[in-house]
Amino acid sequence: MSPTTLLPVARQTPESPRQRFYLAEVLTGLGVTAGHFFRNMGLWLTGRKGAVTYQWPEERRPLAPRLRSLHRLVRREDGSPRCVACMMCETVCPAHCIYIVAAEHPNPEIEKYPERFDIDVGKCIFCGYCVEACPEDAIRMDTGILEFSAYSRAGMIYSKEVLLALEPAGADGLPTVQPPPALWRQGLG
Amino acid sequence: MSAVAVDLGVAFAKVAFVMGFVLNMGGLLTWVERKQSAVMQDRVGANRASIFGFRVIGLFHALADALKLLTKEDFMPARADRGLFVAAPFVSVFFALCGFATIPFGDVLRVGGREISLQAVPLNAGVLFVFAMLSMGVYGVMLAGWSSANNYALLGGQRAAALMISAEVAIGASIMGVCMVYGSLDLQEIARGQGTHWWGVVPKWGIFTQPLGLILFLTAGIASTKRVPFDFPEGESEIIGYFIEYSGMKFGMFMMADFLETVVIAGMTTALFLGGWQVPWLFADGFHLPGGAVWALPHLAVVVLQIVAFLVKVVVMCWFLMLVRWTLPRFRYDQAMRLGWLGLLPLSILNIVVTAGVLLL
Repeated sequence: MSPTTLLPVARQTPESPRQRFYLAEVLTGLGVTAGHFFRNMGLWLTGRKGAVTYQWPEERRPLAPRLRSLHRLVRREDGSPRCVACMMCETVCPAHCIYIVAAEHPNPEIEKYPERFDIDVGKCIFCGYCVEACPEDAIRMDTGILEFSAYSRAGMIYSKEVLLALEPAGADGLPTVQPPPALWRQGLG
Repeated sequence: MSAVAVDLGVAFAKVAFVMGFVLNMGGLLTWVERKQSAVMQDRVGANRASIFGFRVIGLFHALADALKLLTKEDFMPARADRGLFVAAPFVSVFFALCGFATIPFGDVLRVGGREISLQAVPLNAGVLFVFAMLSMGVYGVMLAGWSSANNYALLGGQRAAALMISAEVAIGASIMGVCMVYGSLDLQEIARGQGTHWWGVVPKWGIFTQPLGLILFLTAGIASTKRVPFDFPEGESEIIGYFIEYSGMKFGMFMMADFLETVVIAGMTTALFLGGWQVPWLFADGFHLPGGAVWALPHLAVVVLQIVAFLVKVVVMCWFLMLVRWTLPRFRYDQAMRLGWLGLLPLSILNIVVTAGVLLL
């Protein structure tokens, strides 16, 4: 026997006579699909919903509270960012999507503040490491916002001002505020 | 008005009725295909096309489809046989449309001393005519495969031809039992023959006299429409087929031909196995219920009831064919060949022999 001889491949499972006969199996299958058809039609005719579909965007699926959605920057009481520009999130970010420019804070008790804080959502992989790494609880991913498409790469970059204006999601996990449209973010709107 | 003109008008009206019904059903089936599959799979289905905000459960998607297909680029390969390439989809649709011509949609309508047989073409070999049209339909497919100058299209056309031959033989053989029981090749006569009842209760429909024939005919009929589970000529999810080079409305016509053939198969099944236009216990003068009660009806009401019964049966059969299409996975080429030649054909011949034996007794 040469070493290249192919061994016969075993069938996954031998077909029973019933399966080889087709008809009984076919009728069983038709029964399953027809059952779904009539159940869903009955539900629909009586004004209920048989489909599992959510008619997005009119109808939104409730989201889990721990879901990682679009980031937001947490504000101090005076509205300035809690971020102290320690660069922890920028360092830990595996996608390198955070860009921070630090500046001296006028308050001597606070060392620094971010002059710029940009997140390129087009690069972000939503791992949540930035939230974990932050020592000041200054960045969270709890806005419930999942729709952030744009017509250009520039439109995917969220600046400090936009991220600061966002609010946490409601009790159902759905967003309470929306970011400004993509065109505005690109300075075009 | 001369008698000839009236005859012409009657013939035209009948053809217009049948054409209108078949074409509308074919168009509607595109919507049924989407919606029924959705309902069967716990989905909603296409429902976004709207005119002035009205969606009408997605019915406008058929219009949107047609608009899209008409405005698409009408591509033709550089080395294609131009004449045949253009002719192929027309051949497909033409023969699919012709198929319904001899299927009766009602008994005789008596108006003003005339007896109008309610079928587009009264033909004493109507069954053979439908076969001929269904078989000719494959020419469009083969022409498409050949004229595209594309090897994949050619192979798809070959597969379609092989499938059609193995299906047509079984269709012809499976119907012979019905023709023997009702003693005619005329579809109108076959439909009339199904008007009697056993013990005055069970209608003598083909589904009861030829149950095996029905199963064989339906299987072979679905195969001849080239739709799932016998869609390997096309195999859209991987192997692609005879219309790979077609785009726009020419492609749409191939799709349309498949839907029209579905309607024709539904009509044939109705005429041969589901009593055609017969309503149980309805005779020319009204209902004769099994208990002996009689409910007399005027002639016109009976005719309307029969036509409605026929249309309802065709629609139900279309629904069933769609159910099959959205339930079963595709047969492989060799499996379908084996099923056709080693399954359907011998069983059809057995059916003929057994039927002949029972009829002789």
